[in-house]
Amino acid sequence: MILKQSLSGRRFVIISIFLAIGIIYVTRLIYLQLIDDSFIISANRNVLRELTVYPPRGLIYDRNGKLLTYNEAIYDLMVIPKQVRDFDTIEFCKMLNLPKEEFKSMFSKAYNYSPYKASVFEKQYSKEEYSFIEEKLYKYPGFYFQSRTLRKYPYPMAAHTLGYIGEVDNSVLDSSHYYKPGDYIGISGIEKSYEEVLRGKNGCTIMMVDNLNRVKGSFRDGLFDTMPIPGQNLYSSLDADLQAYGELLMKNKRGSIVAIEPSTGEILSIVTSPSYDPNLLVGRVRTQNYVKLSEDADKPLFNRALMAKYPPGSTFKLVNALVGLQEGVLKTATAFSCERGFHVGKLNVECHPHPSPLDLMHAIAVSCNAYFCKAFRAMIDSRKFHSVREGYETWRKLVMSFGLGEHLNTDLTSELRGNIPSANFYDKYHGKNRWKSLSIISLAIGQGEIGITPLQLANLASVIANRGYYLTPHIVKAIGNKKNLNPKFLDKKKTLVDAAYFNIVADAMLMVVEAGTASSAKSDEYKICGKTGTAQNPHGKNHSIFIAFAPKDNPKIAISVVIENAGFGATWAVPIASLMIEKYISGKITRPDVEESMINAKIY
Amino acid sequence: MVTLYLILVTIGWVNIYAAVYSEEHKSILDFGQNSGKQLIWILSSLLIALTLLLIDPKIFNTFAYVIYGVNLVLLILVIFVGREISGSKSWFGVGDVGIQPAEFAKLATSLALARYLSAIDVKIQNSSTKVYTFILIALPVLAILLENDTGSALVFTALIFMLYREGLSGNILILGLMMVVMFFATLMIDKLIVLGIITIVALIIIWFVRKNRKILWISIGLFFLTAGFIYSVDYAFSHLEEHQKTRIDVLLGKQVDLKKAGYNVNQSKIAIGSGGFAGKGFLNGTQTKYNFVPEQSTDFIFCTIGEEWGFVGSLTLLGLFMGLLIRIVTVAERQRSSFSRIYGYALASILFFHITVNIGMTIGLFPVIGIPLPFVSYGGSSLWAFTTMLFIFIKQDSSRLNLL
Repeated sequence: MILKQSLSGRRFVIISIFLAIGIIYVTRLIYLQLIDDSFIISANRNVLRELTVYPPRGLIYDRNGKLLTYNEAIYDLMVIPKQVRDFDTIEFCKMLNLPKEEFKSMFSKAYNYSPYKASVFEKQYSKEEYSFIEEKLYKYPGFYFQSRTLRKYPYPMAAHTLGYIGEVDNSVLDSSHYYKPGDYIGISGIEKSYEEVLRGKNGCTIMMVDNLNRVKGSFRDGLFDTMPIPGQNLYSSLDADLQAYGELLMKNKRGSIVAIEPSTGEILSIVTSPSYDPNLLVGRVRTQNYVKLSEDADKPLFNRALMAKYPPGSTFKLVNALVGLQEGVLKTATAFSCERGFHVGKLNVECHPHPSPLDLMHAIAVSCNAYFCKAFRAMIDSRKFHSVREGYETWRKLVMSFGLGEHLNTDLTSELRGNIPSANFYDKYHGKNRWKSLSIISLAIGQGEIGITPLQLANLASVIANRGYYLTPHIVKAIGNKKNLNPKFLDKKKTLVDAAYFNIVADAMLMVVEAGTASSAKSDEYKICGKTGTAQNPHGKNHSIFIAFAPKDNPKIAISVVIENAGFGATWAVPIASLMIEKYISGKITRPDVEESMINAKIY
Repeated sequence: MVTLYLILVTIGWVNIYAAVYSEEHKSILDFGQNSGKQLIWILSSLLIALTLLLIDPKIFNTFAYVIYGVNLVLLILVIFVGREISGSKSWFGVGDVGIQPAEFAKLATSLALARYLSAIDVKIQNSSTKVYTFILIALPVLAILLENDTGSALVFTALIFMLYREGLSGNILILGLMMVVMFFATLMIDKLIVLGIITIVALIIIWFVRKNRKILWISIGLFFLTAGFIYSVDYAFSHLEEHQKTRIDVLLGKQVDLKKAGYNVNQSKIAIGSGGFAGKGFLNGTQTKYNFVPEQSTDFIFCTIGEEWGFVGSLTLLGLFMGLLIRIVTVAERQRSSFSRIYGYALASILFFHITVNIGMTIGLFPVIGIPLPFVSYGGSSLWAFTTMLFIFIKQDSSRLNLL
């Protein structure tokens, strides 16, 4: 009985052991479920996947609402390797136009990425290819199409200006959290400078996946999802008709045309030649075509309008005249004689035959070299200044106020600054202060070290058209429905030359066209003001340059035309510029013979 | 007890549904799914329970050895004709469903032990009794080991609690616990360090007991026994099968490959841990619903409860089990027949082992041993077997006044 009693007491030992385990487990559960939060994070990491929802990219229109760039659906062939059943590979490869070995390597690549998750089998089938393949795709489970969009260009023009998009590279990925590998980004042109406006904002869907990464549904019915915000449409300031006409005129020529609306700074057309069809740099053929274009000896990828710098030649005499007037070294009546050029010591600057002496306006009209050499010396060597250096620096400051020698800060990418040499440059070249006006006399006629881009030339025409100021040239007029312009484009940039002097120069430019070197541009309907230039080119024939604006009062268009290796400015640049002006102002061409000969001319 | 049983079974059913729930199979009554099948098992279990309550309880005492014998034959038979499921050849295939005789071996062995130990002339203090008891336990264990179902075999070690109650020396219970501690110590720390510590402890004891020759010799003998045990553990461990070795290594934190061997336990801990206080809500468990936790309706059912019902849910379940265990022990103590008492303790021991190991592995306190959570896990054999075991006991209890 005693034994039995004691054994019965053993139940408490057993119950204690049970409870001990119970307490240990409860402690453990308190730790797991109440104290340690890391498991919640781990569980979320297990199950939640953020999927990016891409908004459609904004469209680009011209100033009149003509569509320049739109999105076209293309189709990626996707594959989920685990869902693929046995099938006739030969027939499949034939349908896709694929060698069998390539099929195998592509398939194993997809399989290695994930047997359960979809991956891109082959990128970017066109609509036609898609409908051809789609019909037969039911025979191949595991394969399906996913649509994406590509940029398309209804008119094959303005390739450089519109730019192109491509996959983001590592430098962007490092500096921005927005992009993920494989995302698209504007790489050049408007696509680049307005990337943030065009792309919109990616949306995000949080999905739940199972242990094999298969999507199971949205998380909390999409409570934390964000909708994508579509990219905004852009209205470019380009005039599609004018742009197309410019590109036609520049066919088989090297050079560029830039046309600006002076009152707004809006770029009406920006032609660089040779160029390329923007549709070439889209889709599956892009890489291949890019290599081809970049290896082309004519450098179609080089945007001459923004990146080529030329000595402006005689067009620069306009600037020198204005600077001289401003500094008081020139008056309208100031006359200099011309002895078939400018001759001092061994220095000879030739000039063509014309009456002599001439006053300022006539000197501009006939483009007298001697006149501007003398005027330039008078400026630099003026008694006002204590040294040649001071004179030069004053001159340079005034010149640069025309938007020359520095970035215009347009909304175009890869714009170069050109070059107005600094005093230090000449120090280096000649020795400190060991140079005088004669050493740099070629600046008087726009030759020498000076370099100006076609865009800056057009802007110079715009400055004179506006009689003393410019608005920063820009290519986008409006964003979305609003006239949502960057305030910097509304800011009048005044030159350091008084407005009154510009009237003198404008009158002279009218004379250039009415009775001077550019008489072939003369129009009966409106008054064109212009100035020819011939840029000396150490590598070959001179470049033909012409800048102009029209009409003389309330100008609608300011233009620069540069034709490389074409000889005199009057021969090629003048007719092309006049055709452009005519096309823009009156919309029709009155001289089809000139037009035809310009289009058909082949210069290079 | 019946109430506790019904609650547990219902919890099991609902959580099996949650574990296998998917958009395609929304109905809890989908008989293609585990939840639907479990309902059939539950209903049939209730039928079994009802039958058990109706028949004469003496039948189990009478036929204890017969049941034991039949089960042993089945255990051996299954080795030859059984179906192999996840490495263990322990299933009889009957169409779609499988029957696992090992589940019923617990019942059969408990009955046989109760019958044997309740005989008037049997005293557990006698060596011969110990040998016979050992043989009764060892036979099914051997057969189950041959089926390669180590988990089920280990369950029988729990019977030591019952034997302790029936008079087995407490030293053996302590020794058993010591061995478990030593086992893990040897594997976690280098065996030479363990040996060193044991040696120092032994020397101190020997110093104190040096006057008493008898205890001195016992101590020295124990020391050598322990040393031998440590070496055999080390030896045995290096000869374990690879998957068993890694499971133990995972538990000890020696291996932390979360993609392979450690995956189950890690995902299970994430599931339970992410449940928080109140859980994610019924059918909202992401870990279990999207299959991150393997075997969620069977061995890892506790994860589903921990995740969807949180600390509240897991504490409730643990409380229910503790209540059941204590209730069984209390009821066992009030039995007049020692057969009923012994059987009750055997039942409690086995349930305790299952609960401890199953929940322990899901919260990372035990190595992964594939044994189900009684009444809750999906599985017909297990549910039938535990139901039968429990209701035999309930019947014994209800008729206790009729006896003697």
